[in-house]
Amino acid sequence: MTDADTEGRPENIRAVPVRHPGRWVALAVIAVLAAMFVHMLFTNKNLNWPIVHKYLFSEIILRGVWMTIKLTILSMAIGIILGSIAAVMRLSPNPVVSSVAWIYVWFFRGTPLLVQIIFWFAISQFIKAVSLGVPFGPQFWSEDTNHLISLFTSALLALSLNEGAYMSEIVRAGILSVDEGQTEAAAALGMRRLQVMRRVVLPQAMRVIVPPTGNEINNMLKSSSLVSTIGIFELLRSAQAIYNSNYKTIPLLIVAIIWYLAMTSVLQVGQFYIERYYGRGSSRTVALTPLQRAKIALAVGSNRAGTR
Amino acid sequence: MSTLMVDAQRVHKSFGANEVLKGIDFQVQPGQVVCLLGRSGSGKSTFLRCINHLEKINAGRLFVDGELVGYRQQGDKLHELSDKDVAKKRAEIGMVFQHFNLFPHMTALGNIMEAPCMVKNEPKPEVRQRAVELLAKVGLADKARSYPRQLSGGQQQRVAIARALAMRPKLMLFDEPTSALDPELVGDVLAVMKDLAREGMTMIVVTHEIGFAREVADTVVFMDGGVVVEQGPPSDVIANPRHERTKAFLSQVL
Repeated sequence: MTDADTEGRPENIRAVPVRHPGRWVALAVIAVLAAMFVHMLFTNKNLNWPIVHKYLFSEIILRGVWMTIKLTILSMAIGIILGSIAAVMRLSPNPVVSSVAWIYVWFFRGTPLLVQIIFWFAISQFIKAVSLGVPFGPQFWSEDTNHLISLFTSALLALSLNEGAYMSEIVRAGILSVDEGQTEAAAALGMRRLQVMRRVVLPQAMRVIVPPTGNEINNMLKSSSLVSTIGIFELLRSAQAIYNSNYKTIPLLIVAIIWYLAMTSVLQVGQFYIERYYGRGSSRTVALTPLQRAKIALAVGSNRAGTR
Repeated sequence: MSTLMVDAQRVHKSFGANEVLKGIDFQVQPGQVVCLLGRSGSGKSTFLRCINHLEKINAGRLFVDGELVGYRQQGDKLHELSDKDVAKKRAEIGMVFQHFNLFPHMTALGNIMEAPCMVKNEPKPEVRQRAVELLAKVGLADKARSYPRQLSGGQQQRVAIARALAMRPKLMLFDEPTSALDPELVGDVLAVMKDLAREGMTMIVVTHEIGFAREVADTVVFMDGGVVVEQGPPSDVIANPRHERTKAFLSQVL
C-alpha cells in the first residue's frame, strides 16, 4: 500500500490493452512479400549487381551526378528568386506590374517543360542575334544567339523560368496565408510596403512556402533529366551513354535510381531542419530532431527500468 | 490655444454603397483621454482607423496635430500622400488592436524593437535598453524572450502596448483592446492604460468598459449609426445621458 492509497486516492488503472490481431496478419503478409522481393533482387541475373557496382562510382556517372546537382541548385535558386519577385509583383497595387507577373505565370505554367527545353535549345532559329541599341533604331552591340546561349544556358533558362512560374504561385499562397492584421499592425507602426513584406509577411509566409518548395526541389532533381533530350550529360544521359554501348540497360538504370534516391533523401533531411527553423514561434513546442528524440527515448527507457 | 491633437470636420466614410460614417465632428486636445462608446456597427472602430489612414475618408476633413491625414492641400486641391509620407505620419501614432497582432516570429523584445530599428533607424543598443524598460513598465520584465504564442492574451496585449510606445507616439489609438480577453485578464491591461493616461498621453479608446471610461476619460463620445450622438465629460454622458439612444445603450451595458 502506498501513501496515496491510504489517503483515499483510488489505485491507478492497469487495464488489459485492446488486442490488434489484424496488425499481426498484415505484418506477416508484408514480411513474406518483402522477403520474396529481396530474394528476387539478389537472384535475378538480369539485375547484374557486379555491373551496378562497377559503374556506381565510375567517372562518367559521377560527372553526370554533379551536372544534375548543378542544374538543380542553379535553376532552383534562380526559380525561387524569380518566383518571389513575380509573387510580390502579382500582389502589387500597380496594374501594369501585376499583369506582367500574371502573363509570365500563365505562359510558363501553361506549356510543357519539355517543349520549353527544346524551344530554348532551338532559340537561334527564332532569334538570330541579340543586340543593344535604340528600339527600332540603330544598334550599338550585337551577338549571335548561338554564341550567347550555350547548351548549358539553354537548359538552365528552360528549367529556371519554368520553375519561377510554379514558385511564384507557392510564394503567393504563402503571402496570402499571413493574417491581414499583421500587415495592418506593421503599417500602423510606420513600416513601408516592402519593409512590411520583407520583415513581417515573408518570414511568416515561409512556414507555408517551405514544404511545397521542398517538393519542387525534389521534382527539379528528377525533371532535370528532361534536358538529356538536348544532349546535356546529366545523370540519366550519362547512364544512357553507357548502356547504349554495352546494352546493360537495367543495371545502369539501377545506378541512376540509386543516385536519385540518395540525393532526394539528403534533401528530405535538410527540409526537416529548415521547417523546424521557420516554425519557431508558430507553436508552443518545436519539433524535436531525431537526436533529441533518441535521447528522450533512452531517458524514458532507463527511467522505466529504474522503477521496476 | 494649442493645436488640437485630432480635429475631425464632417468626416464621411463609405464601404461601397454602405455609408459607415455620416459626418463626424470631434476634437481631442493634447493630453486628453477620449473614450468612444457605442454598439457594434456604430462606426467607432472605422473612425479610429481613419485617424492613422488605415481607412481613407470620402468627405470632410481630418487633421492630426494640425496636419491633414493622408492628403496634402495645395490651393484648393487635395493631393494624395505617397506611401512614404503616409508611413511617416503613422510612425507618430501608436495603435493597439483588438486581436493584438503581435508578430508571431519575433520574441516580445523583438516585437518592441522592430519599428524603432527599422523605421527610425535608431541604434540597436539604445532601442534594446528602452524595450527592456517598456516591458518592465507593462509588468512583463521576465517575458522578454518569450514568443507571443507562449503568452496569455492579456500579456500579449501589454506587449502590443509596449510595442506602440517604443515609437514614442504623440497619440495612442486603442481599438477595443480588452474585447478579446478573458474577464480575469482585462484588469492588467486596463491598469497599464490608466498609467499611460496619468502620464499625460493623448489617448482615443474604443471600448465597452464603461467603468474604465467613467474613471479615466476626460471626454466620452457616444456614437450611433455613423454619427456622434452625445459627447461630454463622463459625469454627463454616462451618469446623466440626455439622448434616448445613449440611455438605451447604457441601460443594456451597465
